[in-house]
Amino acid sequence: MSGEATKTLSNDVLWGGGRSPFSISYGKMMMWFFLVSDALTFSGLLVAYGFVRHSTTEAWPIGEEVFRALPFLHGSYPLMYVALMTAILIFSSVTMVLAVEAGHRMDKKGVIKWLFLTVLGGAFFVGSQAWEWKHFIHGGGGYIITAEGSKYWVHNETHDTHDPAHAPGFHLVQAETGHYLLGDHELEGEEAMHVWNERVNYVDGANMVRNEYGPPQYANFFFFITGFHGFHVFSGVIINLIVLIMVIQGVFHRRGHYEMVEKAGLYWHFVDLVWVFVFTFFYLL
Amino acid sequence: MERDDIIEYSLDAHHSEEDGRKIRAKIWRVTGLLAIVTAVEVTLGAFWHEWFPEAWHLVKWTFVVLTLVKATYIVMTFMHLGDERRNIRAIILLPYALFILYLIFIAIWESNHVHWSLELFQ
Repeated sequence: MSGEATKTLSNDVLWGGGRSPFSISYGKMMMWFFLVSDALTFSGLLVAYGFVRHSTTEAWPIGEEVFRALPFLHGSYPLMYVALMTAILIFSSVTMVLAVEAGHRMDKKGVIKWLFLTVLGGAFFVGSQAWEWKHFIHGGGGYIITAEGSKYWVHNETHDTHDPAHAPGFHLVQAETGHYLLGDHELEGEEAMHVWNERVNYVDGANMVRNEYGPPQYANFFFFITGFHGFHVFSGVIINLIVLIMVIQGVFHRRGHYEMVEKAGLYWHFVDLVWVFVFTFFYLL
Repeated sequence: MERDDIIEYSLDAHHSEEDGRKIRAKIWRVTGLLAIVTAVEVTLGAFWHEWFPEAWHLVKWTFVVLTLVKATYIVMTFMHLGDERRNIRAIILLPYALFILYLIFIAIWESNHVHWSLELFQ
């Protein structure tokens, strides 16, 4: 990188001291400062999650047991869907950095191509998150608590939660502490129906008050952290779309540089960066 | 309407075709690396129960280290912070690191005490 001395900048863009501090443009520097403050917010959320998880005496849900479903497929695929979402977001980050690179060569066609793919990837990610929320809220069948305080997972073939006892393949599994949907003692037929009728509580799916996965805070943090991140992705897609339209109109080509793509790119990479941490601290650990 | 109160200037906003080729090669190299690290994380997350049932602490720290590796590559290469001057790098990273290291420390410390009190009074 060359220093300020070699830059030829007109006087009206230089700061009071007659130079541009840190050899970085005003817009990019302010974007970085915003990202630092946003990073502090996300770190606060993840640290709060860690605090609650570390201080609780209840069993905490395990990521690879809760998140193991794929759309259109039955069976268990631990973490595959989240891995797919991660891959989508990382690749849209790659297309963004390629758009920035094309902008540095004043290659308008290249910028349009890569920025369009970035918007597409971002939209796919938001859609994936909607599916994951739906699946998380709907749950995997739920559990009942009997009068003696025993916990049983409720299973049936159609994932019916309105009247699970009369759905085909209805059976109960006595819950193993700290494991979602798992247990060794299985009840079927009359026996299962008897226990079902003795239930004092039936919890299925997830909401802000209770959920079938574990302590209420687990679902609360899931909704808040992935929701806050999802909102960032959504706003990133909108920003990228606006920049894409401006690129197509040739605004930046007339201006002589594509720094706006770079600034939008910084925000977009940041969203990807946050997801890397959410992925590790919420899903893996 | 054309606005004349906004001055859009930029620094280092251009490079040659040849530099572009080098930069693109670097981008694809980093992409491959990030993909491999993510694949390792997911595989480890799904199968560590079967492969290393006793080594959760080691697996956990592997995740944390791999995450920091990914974060470093995203920030330094994709966000081009590695290409900026050293003082702007420091201004962005050091205050953040200072806040967060303290926050992590105090959260772990306090949550230990909350955990002990909950166990005591249960």
